[in-house]
Amino acid sequence: MMTFQLSNTVIFILAWRNLWRNHRRTLIMLSAITVGVWAMIFMTALMRGMVDDMLLNGIRNLPGEVQIHHLQFLDDPGINNSITAPDAKLLKALQSPEVKAWTTRVRVPAVISSERDSRGITLLGVEPGREVQLGFDISSIIEGRFLTGNNDSGLVIGAKLAERLETRLGKRVVVMSQDPDNNIADRGFRVVGIYKAKMDSLEELNIYAGLTTVQKLLKLEDKVSEIAITGKDYRHVENWFSTIKLVAGQTVQTLPWYEIDKYLGSMLAMMDGFVLVWIIVIFLALSFGLVNTLVMAVFERTREIGLMQALGMRPNMILYQILVESFFLLSIGLLIGNALAIGTILPLQDGIDISVVAKGMEMMGSSSILYPALKLNDVLLANIIVITLGLLTSFLPAWHAASFDPVEALGKD
Amino acid sequence: MNITLRMAWRNLWRHKRRTWLTVGAMIFSNLLLVFMISLQFGSYRMMIDNTLKSYTGHMQVQLEGYNDDSKIRNSFDNIIPLAEQLRQTLNTSRVAARGVAFAMTSSEMRSYGLQIVGVEPGYEPEVSTLSGLLKKGQFFSGNNAEEIIIGSILARNLRVDIGAELTLLGSGRDGSFAAGVVLVTGIFESGSNDVDRSMAQIPLGYFQSLFSMGNQGHNIVINAEDLSLVDVLQSKVSHVIASRKELVLLDWNQLQPGLQQAIQADMFSAWFMYAILIVLVAFSVLNTQLMSVLERTREFGIMMALGVKPVRLGALVITETTLMSTLGLAIGAGLGALLAYYLSLVGFSYPGMEEMAGKFNLPDRMYPSLSLLSVFLGPCIVFICSLLASVYPALRLFFLHPVSAMRTV
Repeated sequence: MMTFQLSNTVIFILAWRNLWRNHRRTLIMLSAITVGVWAMIFMTALMRGMVDDMLLNGIRNLPGEVQIHHLQFLDDPGINNSITAPDAKLLKALQSPEVKAWTTRVRVPAVISSERDSRGITLLGVEPGREVQLGFDISSIIEGRFLTGNNDSGLVIGAKLAERLETRLGKRVVVMSQDPDNNIADRGFRVVGIYKAKMDSLEELNIYAGLTTVQKLLKLEDKVSEIAITGKDYRHVENWFSTIKLVAGQTVQTLPWYEIDKYLGSMLAMMDGFVLVWIIVIFLALSFGLVNTLVMAVFERTREIGLMQALGMRPNMILYQILVESFFLLSIGLLIGNALAIGTILPLQDGIDISVVAKGMEMMGSSSILYPALKLNDVLLANIIVITLGLLTSFLPAWHAASFDPVEALGKD
Repeated sequence: MNITLRMAWRNLWRHKRRTWLTVGAMIFSNLLLVFMISLQFGSYRMMIDNTLKSYTGHMQVQLEGYNDDSKIRNSFDNIIPLAEQLRQTLNTSRVAARGVAFAMTSSEMRSYGLQIVGVEPGYEPEVSTLSGLLKKGQFFSGNNAEEIIIGSILARNLRVDIGAELTLLGSGRDGSFAAGVVLVTGIFESGSNDVDRSMAQIPLGYFQSLFSMGNQGHNIVINAEDLSLVDVLQSKVSHVIASRKELVLLDWNQLQPGLQQAIQADMFSAWFMYAILIVLVAFSVLNTQLMSVLERTREFGIMMALGVKPVRLGALVITETTLMSTLGLAIGAGLGALLAYYLSLVGFSYPGMEEMAGKFNLPDRMYPSLSLLSVFLGPCIVFICSLLASVYPALRLFFLHPVSAMRTV
């Protein structure tokens, strides 16, 4: 036991000193590892930030991490595919501590007309109080007010839509849709509030009115288009989703957000794949240099290794020593790389302005300010991959060194 | 063969393993670059083509201000004659006039607010692929026919089929009440849910009378044979419409600014990744060449003592790198081209791509597009950066003193 510990220390010292015998080579390799690790973490944080933003926008666009609809509603979002408001059983399930907030909505396609122009929009009949709990941002109202109750007879529209319709706060507009019997249902609304959204397309699409007002207009009685439910973290919907689904029953469709918007769901899944591929590609590019460095280190020490073997050092110890050397190299590279990545990401926490390509980002569903998202898991993944695969690739030159024949090795000049 | 070249070649193989590892790093990143760049070129092109061909077209003539404020009032006179004039001047049939209005569209069962596009039956198929995607029925029988074609999802949602009647309710250009009954003659399926859910077209002549447009319309769509010919066409069209001051010509970039910007954003992140790969290769080369120079200090010292100028030695090191990089370029670009070529034939796909592709008007399988540029752009940059990386080791030779160099072990 004593001897093992002793040789362990010796090996560590040997490896460390060997590393700095050719400091230029070591420094170049260290820079390569540092750049590689920095790129792994930095790029991943940027991409994660972008996808997070897309998800948040997407979820904000149709608030409700889990939504209950008529079976046909998603395919045909019309008035005829309405459902009854939550019954006692569902209400009880919605009391669960996992559920942060829920609301019901009427969501139907409609036409809005001012005296100047008409537009096709989505009319939302909402419960204002619950809608705010669910995530409607009151501060996005730039003029006027949000609705005050289910009976509110006012209308809240987007700034862009107001501009298109050449209307403004306090003016009257006409909203036209159909009732379940396909009779045209229309009524005048006064614009009581104007909101601003992160994306122009949303401002043009959604208009908000009181739930009861819309139900009366459309002769819906107390039916609604959707029940939207939000939990504490959109990433962990599975925990409570199945309970709600069970209680809601087979006659309605209960779906989590990643199935309602498949693009968002697949983006999230694809992101995980992308992070892994990116880290491995960078690692592979690094690995050539790493192996090269070790091959050189072994080559120029052929004689020395032969001598150590002749003096009775076991091949195992030689292998071990080279691996330790590689471990030091990788660890220092990782340390600086991580520090550099964190050092460059933290100052960017307030967001990177990429509004030059705002329209393009909007196409992807992201907004024009990019917030890098540094995730512990990604950082760990990068570190683990570099250390593990790094040691694995170093095994080849190390094993090569260990299998030298002492006599031949000593003979090399 | 030149002596420097021969020496460089032999020097390379003194350390076979090291040379191959360095060349290997080049091959790896070249292979990746060729594949990625070909894929990018392929998908950008497809994204532009599919988006533009389905509806927008390469350019449009509009009333000034219509693009920012597409109101029914912002229309212009004599649209059909102007389209005809453009067809004759440009000697192409890829020109078609359109009108755009908004109407409540009702079947017996359902009503939807829709954008109704009035199109020229004779020419619309030349500028848009939609009419070619008719799944059922046929295109319009005439310019004044009271007929409509709609997307497949819309048809399902309206619960109608070929031969059904739809009522259109909206307001005309002068604010008057516009109402008409049209016959569903065709149902198309474009593959894009958004388009299939919301698009409806009627003949332009009927559109003009329904929405009290007189002889007016909203835009003339012009398609070039190929994206690269857009510029030439653009100047010709500008010339034709020069006499009508109220009109402007907008190219696809102005019509769909998101498209170009999405490509730019993607380009930027892609080039960031490529840059990292290239920098890593450069480090590899720097390391190798520096090592090879350092271990030959003695040898170089002797050569200098024998009268070889440092410039010559520097050239030797650069030649070695050039040979190595050429090897990496040839093998990497070759393998990359093979891979990209194979995939351009069979296509490829990855999990989650379908949803993503749908968002950007791309098909479910990706086909890299191979060109001289896409094959050699990446590898050439790697080549240049490798040469740059060897400048430092080569420069060191200028500071070598023959006497002390010969003494190094």
